[in-house]
Amino acid sequence: MANLKIGDRAIDFTLTGTDGMQHSLKDYGGKYVVVIFSCNHCPYVRAWEERMVAIQTDYAGKGVHLIAINSNDAEQYPEDNFENMKTRAKEKHFNFPYLRDEDQKVAKLYGAQRTPEVFVFDRESILRYHGAIDDNYDDPNAVKRHYLRNALDALADGTKAPILDTQPVGCTIKWKSG
Amino acid sequence: MGVHLETRKRRIKFLYWEECQSHDEALSRLRKVLAEDRIDAEIEIICVQSDEEAKRLHFAGSPTILVDGTDIQPPTTTHYAMTCRAYHLEDGRISPLPSEAMIRTALKRES
Repeated sequence: MANLKIGDRAIDFTLTGTDGMQHSLKDYGGKYVVVIFSCNHCPYVRAWEERMVAIQTDYAGKGVHLIAINSNDAEQYPEDNFENMKTRAKEKHFNFPYLRDEDQKVAKLYGAQRTPEVFVFDRESILRYHGAIDDNYDDPNAVKRHYLRNALDALADGTKAPILDTQPVGCTIKWKSG
Repeated sequence: MGVHLETRKRRIKFLYWEECQSHDEALSRLRKVLAEDRIDAEIEIICVQSDEEAKRLHFAGSPTILVDGTDIQPPTTTHYAMTCRAYHLEDGRISPLPSEAMIRTALKRES
């Protein structure tokens, strides 16, 4: 279970992105923000990655900003190290910041457990949706429930997301030992 | 007649890690292909429980399917660990699930 519950306020963070810049959540005050705990190595993330890019493209005009955070232990999973993150962001044309949570503090504060795991905040930084991106990691053409898109549509319309919380589906976050 | 005759009993190992949620669906796909193609097979289901076991079993991620000892999509890595498996699908996508076509092709290969 995530530490943040629907209706809770976002927890601020400052992390380094693959663009070499420091990114703070507070920089996005007054915007809709989608924080996605993500990574490089997980096949679930890789299955959803292009959908993440498409969502940012489709919702940028509505003031939505995606932020992806990789908190995995890169010693156990070298594919998740910062250099490989930079490569992935470039290869996949990420149109959102991809940040490194080296000490895993942000994942722990949020209580994130899996990659990908989504937290959607409204303009007042209140959590309005948590969970999966949609209901089909395997086939984008077979998706029946677009949880994240529906939540963003509802926010833009000034209503509540039809589904507030779903079970994140993906790899477990790889915690550092000790 | 289009009837597929398969007389050899295939020995299949299905290895998984509980933390990767795609294993149930992967096993269902495997069983579906075996039933549809009327392939006589013995499936050994192994839940991998530790990194040591993963290394010993050459477990490249969950789920892994070995047909007569050969991986249905031989991994390019020798990093054997408790992790989720990325399958490269026919259309270029990555998925935590092997496709039915991939399973079917592997079962048609000679051991």
